[in-house]
Amino acid sequence: MNNPAGRSAIIEMINVQITAMHDSSLVLVDNVDWSVQSGEFWVLAGPQRSGKSDLLMHAAGLMIPQTGICRVFGCDTREFDESQIFDRLRIGYAFTDGKLFNQFTVAENVALPLRYHNNLTDTETTRAVEVLLELLELTPVANATPGNIAANWRQRTALARALVLKPELLLLDNPNGGLLSRHRSWLVDFLDQLWRGHEFFGGRPMTIVVTTDDLRPWQHEQRQFATLHEGKFSILGAWGGNEFARNHAAQELLTDAIEKEKP
Amino acid sequence: MQGNLAKAVKLTNLQRFRRAPLPRSYTDYLGRQILLLLLTIHGLVAFALITLTVILKKFGVAANVMHPRIRQEINRSGVSLMPMFIFVALALGFLVIGQTVSALAQFGATNYLGSTMVIVVVRELGPLLTALLVLARVGTANVIELGTARALGEVEALEAMGIDPVHYLIMPRVIGMALGVFALTIYLILGALASGCLFAFLANVPLTPSDYFHQITEALGWLDFALLALKTLTFGFFIAIVTCYHGLAQPVRLEEVSRVAVRAVTQGVIVCVLVDALFIVLYLFA
Repeated sequence: MNNPAGRSAIIEMINVQITAMHDSSLVLVDNVDWSVQSGEFWVLAGPQRSGKSDLLMHAAGLMIPQTGICRVFGCDTREFDESQIFDRLRIGYAFTDGKLFNQFTVAENVALPLRYHNNLTDTETTRAVEVLLELLELTPVANATPGNIAANWRQRTALARALVLKPELLLLDNPNGGLLSRHRSWLVDFLDQLWRGHEFFGGRPMTIVVTTDDLRPWQHEQRQFATLHEGKFSILGAWGGNEFARNHAAQELLTDAIEKEKP
Repeated sequence: MQGNLAKAVKLTNLQRFRRAPLPRSYTDYLGRQILLLLLTIHGLVAFALITLTVILKKFGVAANVMHPRIRQEINRSGVSLMPMFIFVALALGFLVIGQTVSALAQFGATNYLGSTMVIVVVRELGPLLTALLVLARVGTANVIELGTARALGEVEALEAMGIDPVHYLIMPRVIGMALGVFALTIYLILGALASGCLFAFLANVPLTPSDYFHQITEALGWLDFALLALKTLTFGFFIAIVTCYHGLAQPVRLEEVSRVAVRAVTQGVIVCVLVDALFIVLYLFA
């Protein structure tokens, strides 16, 4: 599982076929060979319905590949059942629309994984949740239900819920989708802090994978990029590399994003 | 994740089968209905066994989160239905029992009162009526709630947090409904018998309350108590299983929720009648 540099592969996909969540017979992406090393920041870009979310769900072990091997923390996701719950909790996952529980408040949504996995009462988690909400600037909406807050804050609540168990691997499905530019830049900065090692998480660098349909906010020479386009998964490497310039899908995504923003 | 719900979905995914085009012919239609019935029975049994295993293995897991949820479900399927059950018990007593008592008194057959009451109210009407009322009041809400949660992706959110949806969503409902049906049946039977006695008194039936209750206690055996408990718990368990299965174990789109709710209630009624028939056989052989 270790690469020559001594870092361990956190996600490893070998010849994986990515199928759709709601129809396992529909193949979205074929032959995915991909490896995420500890401490890397990956950006998976692709247009809508290219299979980004499904690939991320495979990477989280939430979907099992029909063919090929997918390992997360060295464990084959086919065998990723309740006995591997410890490894499962090392992954933080946030869905594109948050998928929050509407009957709970923002604070209760964030507290749920912490309470469930540590068998704690509501009052025992109050402090830890308050600190996290403050870190994500969610304190003013802590007692509101998700249906009564803006999409920007819902997305941030989903991020808080994914972070509450202090994961080592953070998977975010289109975290920038539909966000205002102020929230977008806050998110990119915050994820950068997490990736470098945030003091709230003990200074430990976090491995991060995000999906996006707009590459521009993620420009950074230390991030790794890959595209999903017309059923093909292509690894581009770092921003501005040769592969990047040659990749038609990446160029198209950059142009599309600019076109979308024109009045 | 190969969780309990994933197993249940794998075993019970009928949606694709249901949506598949079919040549227009009566034999094809009949064949599909028979296959659907068999697959549904298979799915329900599998789902019931998975749920039972989760209850037995994980009852104590995350007790600080789960036990308040179980109490909440007991409240929803039991305590909050009490006003409606008091009304139904009074109606049942006045309309059915009181009149039966009057009719038996007219023919001088009051000696049969005890056994008639035990067969009609304790063994049959009480448990079945309770089960059907709980199915209508709470079961329907269950399917809609879970179907909507499933369609909105809350189940995937639970799995992403490492929380077993069968444990978090199904276990409290099954326990709550089983205990709810059990307790409400007892209250319904007691209320109906008492109001029946009141009706007999108001209608000047020549039968004293002490004779009335004496005859009922004489006709009751230990088996009635044991089977009543078992029957009501089974009713509650199966109502919860059928409604949760339709709401959660099958992938549902938002527009399908109402159709699924109707299907679940129909199947719930059928399951209750089948369980009742099974207990009649038990009473006959015991």
